Amino acid sequence: MLATIGADQFDELITDIPEEHRNPPLRLPDSASELEVTSRMQALAALNQDAGTRPSFLGGGAYRHFIPATVGAVLQRGEFVTSYTPYQPEAAQGVLQSGFEFQSAVAQIFDMEVANAGMYDGPTAFAEAGLMAARVSRRNRILILDTADRRLFEVAEAYTRYQQVEVEAISRERVMNGDIPNDAACIAFQSPNFLGRIEDVQALTDAAHDVGALSVMHTYPIALGMFKPPGAFGVDIATAEGQPLGVPLTFGGAYVGLFTTKQRYIRQLPGRIIGKTTDTMGRTGYTLTLQTREQHIRRERATSNICTSTQLIGLMVAVYCATMGPSGLRQVAELSYHKAHYLANAIDALPSWKVIRAEGSTFFNEFPVQCPIAPAEVNRRLAERGIIGGLDVGHLVPNGMLFCATEMNSRSEADRLIASLKDMGYGAAG
Amino acid sequence: MYPDDLKYSSEHEWARVGNGAVVEVGITHYAQDTLGDVVFVELPEIGSRVDQFDKIGEIESVKAVSDLFSPVSGTVTAVNEELEQSPELCNSDPYGDGWIMEVKLDDPSELDELMDSETYQGTLE
Amino acid sequence: MSNNVMPNASVADMPDRSLLMDRSVPGRKAINLPAPDVPLSDMPDDGLLRESDYLRLPEVSQLDVIRYFTLLSRLNFSIDTNFYPLGSCTMKYNPKLNDQIASLGGFANIHPLQDDAGVQGALGVMFELQQWLGEATGLPGVGLAPLAGAQGEYAGLLIARAALNMRGESDRDVALIPDSAHGTNPASAAMAGLSVVTVKTDEFGNVDVDDLRAKADENTCVFMLTIPSTLGLFEPNIIEINRIIHDAGGLVYADGANLNALLGLVKLGDLGVDICHSNLHKTFSTPHGGGGPGAGPVMVTEDLASYLPEPVVIKNDDGSLQLGRPGNSIGKINGFHGSFSILVRAYTYMQSLGGDGLRAVSENAVINANYVQARLCDRFDLAVDRVCMHETVLSGKRQADRGVPALSIAKRLLDYGIHAPTMYFPLIVPEALMVEPTETESKETLDRFVEVMQAIDDEIDSDPDSVNHAPHTLPNTRLDEATAARRPVLRWQG
Repeated sequence: MLATIGADQFDELITDIPEEHRNPPLRLPDSASELEVTSRMQALAALNQDAGTRPSFLGGGAYRHFIPATVGAVLQRGEFVTSYTPYQPEAAQGVLQSGFEFQSAVAQIFDMEVANAGMYDGPTAFAEAGLMAARVSRRNRILILDTADRRLFEVAEAYTRYQQVEVEAISRERVMNGDIPNDAACIAFQSPNFLGRIEDVQALTDAAHDVGALSVMHTYPIALGMFKPPGAFGVDIATAEGQPLGVPLTFGGAYVGLFTTKQRYIRQLPGRIIGKTTDTMGRTGYTLTLQTREQHIRRERATSNICTSTQLIGLMVAVYCATMGPSGLRQVAELSYHKAHYLANAIDALPSWKVIRAEGSTFFNEFPVQCPIAPAEVNRRLAERGIIGGLDVGHLVPNGMLFCATEMNSRSEADRLIASLKDMGYGAAG
Repeated sequence: MYPDDLKYSSEHEWARVGNGAVVEVGITHYAQDTLGDVVFVELPEIGSRVDQFDKIGEIESVKAVSDLFSPVSGTVTAVNEELEQSPELCNSDPYGDGWIMEVKLDDPSELDELMDSETYQGTLE
Repeated sequence: MSNNVMPNASVADMPDRSLLMDRSVPGRKAINLPAPDVPLSDMPDDGLLRESDYLRLPEVSQLDVIRYFTLLSRLNFSIDTNFYPLGSCTMKYNPKLNDQIASLGGFANIHPLQDDAGVQGALGVMFELQQWLGEATGLPGVGLAPLAGAQGEYAGLLIARAALNMRGESDRDVALIPDSAHGTNPASAAMAGLSVVTVKTDEFGNVDVDDLRAKADENTCVFMLTIPSTLGLFEPNIIEINRIIHDAGGLVYADGANLNALLGLVKLGDLGVDICHSNLHKTFSTPHGGGGPGAGPVMVTEDLASYLPEPVVIKNDDGSLQLGRPGNSIGKINGFHGSFSILVRAYTYMQSLGGDGLRAVSENAVINANYVQARLCDRFDLAVDRVCMHETVLSGKRQADRGVPALSIAKRLLDYGIHAPTMYFPLIVPEALMVEPTETESKETLDRFVEVMQAIDDEIDSDPDSVNHAPHTLPNTRLDEATAARRPVLRWQG
């Protein structure tokens, strides 16, 4: 091959690289065989406490839900896994049609008019929703209800830092009293909120609309199997972490952000969008559409710099939704609800443990508990018993721990947790 | 392709002087041909003020986006709402059904800043 | 309905492509879930609950699900089935071992908020990957959080702005970007509040140094340089360029999209680059997934390491690992710790190849690209006639003059089972066809590609119409993208 190129040796091909910096030493390990790599990686994996083989009560933005075998089976298809972004639609109808299924399913679950093909993850979708609200409203103040996960604030702040857009927290009281600045682009909120409680979505949405702002809701898609979806309240942009819909926890990524809105705002959407059309022979086909919003055409005036739709994770969501169907999604939601309420009632019955309830509010599958000892210590002791405990929320509730239950938590797992907490409670009291 | 009764801007818009001070505005054959299939036209609002050669909106094709500029200053009195449903009119009939807006002129002498058909065609070569 | 009972020559000829909702039969199920094993609690008020009849998801059997998605998979090109000479995208073989390792329970089933003590293996993967990426680029501060190249870019720009702010130079608000750059560069710069000033490319395909010198000044925040450039060229004046930017008080950001040409051949840090990112789904072989997920770690000099996004993995004195926030961190740019499942794959890949293997990756990528360039340069114009790195940019000008644009050549390749090259990019090359063969393709595959390109060039004379209407053998002929954009249909409509 070098002869065809007209070179005697490889180094002739890289003479543009300054000579003194060419061929530096690479202090990396030697190559290893598949067998060696496998055993090393298995050893590393074994150091982790795997939530697939022990009870876990941890939520807070990523959730352990049942994943049907169909998801893994479809993910074995290299034709999906090793395909490229569908810029050549004729050669990517599989990616495009499955992405259209994803958009259809997400729009249905949210009861929103349109969904895009996917964002990086939930928090980045939420941050982009705030920016989109600013574009639509031509206002520059993104107000986030203070009951939202602080990750949502932090990412929104990082996304808007240099864009002449302000991100501010606002209390529920201020929103309900109409104490909202008149340059508000949106009232953005999370429901179920960070502590698992269902917000008054209608009141928040009406309050936003009363001042000409958009209503932006970040939600938990499994909850929408039983709770009213954002579209039923007139929410303008709704986002979520897509992970609970068939995606393993994988230490926080890769996930997919769900992004939905109303048809009239589609030209302000960030990210990829797949549309239905016909080919020159009149047959149905699918293609990326509304591409002029995107960076490869509009460059510095694009709606976002995002290039990915996290398509493969979106495919997992599409297969999950197809497998669960409407009754499956509802069942998963209701199972999660009942298991969490069972757990909450049992914890509340323990001496020196207290579930923190808010007056008149409903929770879905997470709830905060005031522990008799430091939450970090609770988790350490639970880990000794092979249980992954809840999330330390001591910054919000004194000695607070956020517990989560899903359909994955059997009654016996819950009872084991209760027994362990009971022991600790006695220890603290004694 | 470039009717003699129109005035042209270097940004490839045309202006048709009608009765009185109202001017009809659209994009030229060259503009629609260069853009390709027009898929969306962002129209100005009726009643809004436009200034000569300032941006009034955007026009998009499948894989390109261009700014729209007003060839004259004045007040927008009408916009072609047909374009919301059928932006392809800009391609099929740029000087007729594909018109974009009507502007009530502030200053008719501004029309002298625009080119006649022959001069405009000269700029395209 | 006679065509339903006609035998098809192949599945792709006439598959039933109706959507899942059109296959839905009320009451049909693909899965059973267990009955509740706890006492039922009171349900919330009806006003909070969803009315059951308007959740319209498909009601299909499990076989329907599998058959449907398997059918769809067969309507795709993919690395596992086709050659992708797709410039700037690095579509190389994705070793299966990496996917298998990422699916191990100890990696796939760990929660991002578990205590550090329970995830030492995962943190070990991340810590070592940080070190290895730092070593490979010569930029030792490594943040793994960015979820894709564009996010890595944005993180890099936030780091540049934060560092300059710290120096009291917050009014530096210009990003200098070559005219050959990828669209994400200006889009990311705009997100970071920078105004874009374009720097010209000279006749040899290099940055026009005089133009750069004229534009680098007290307003310069960063120069964003793709290296090798989108023309597939290594910038020979890079040392001088970096000096110009540093003398002006700015920072140099290298877009590492094409890092696969540099491994073991040169380190960006040695050249004076301050910040770069790497697309792990390109250089480090993680699968593209039909458009993500990716991962875009950001690498910086030691001086800038305190600005990295949260989190980074830190080693404690006792050898244990923990997630931490660097002192001047730009903060969190996404929900958790990065695309962990992708990081595991890249780490597995680096471990398999080792230092020598990674160098061989770049060497073979450069040889393969130059081989294709040498064999095609008689039929196709080159954007720049010189030795290239990992990709070559052809211009289809001669073919366009004969009535067939680059688009049609690309579409015709699909009929031969070869994916289209990147077209009309970089923007400065007319009728651009950007070809990146990658190191994992054999000489035989490259020879076939060359022969197919020659055959298409012949077809332009013998049957240009057929080329201009290609593809002819795929599940769809050319699609009406104009109608898709004019009257968008973005979801199933019942």
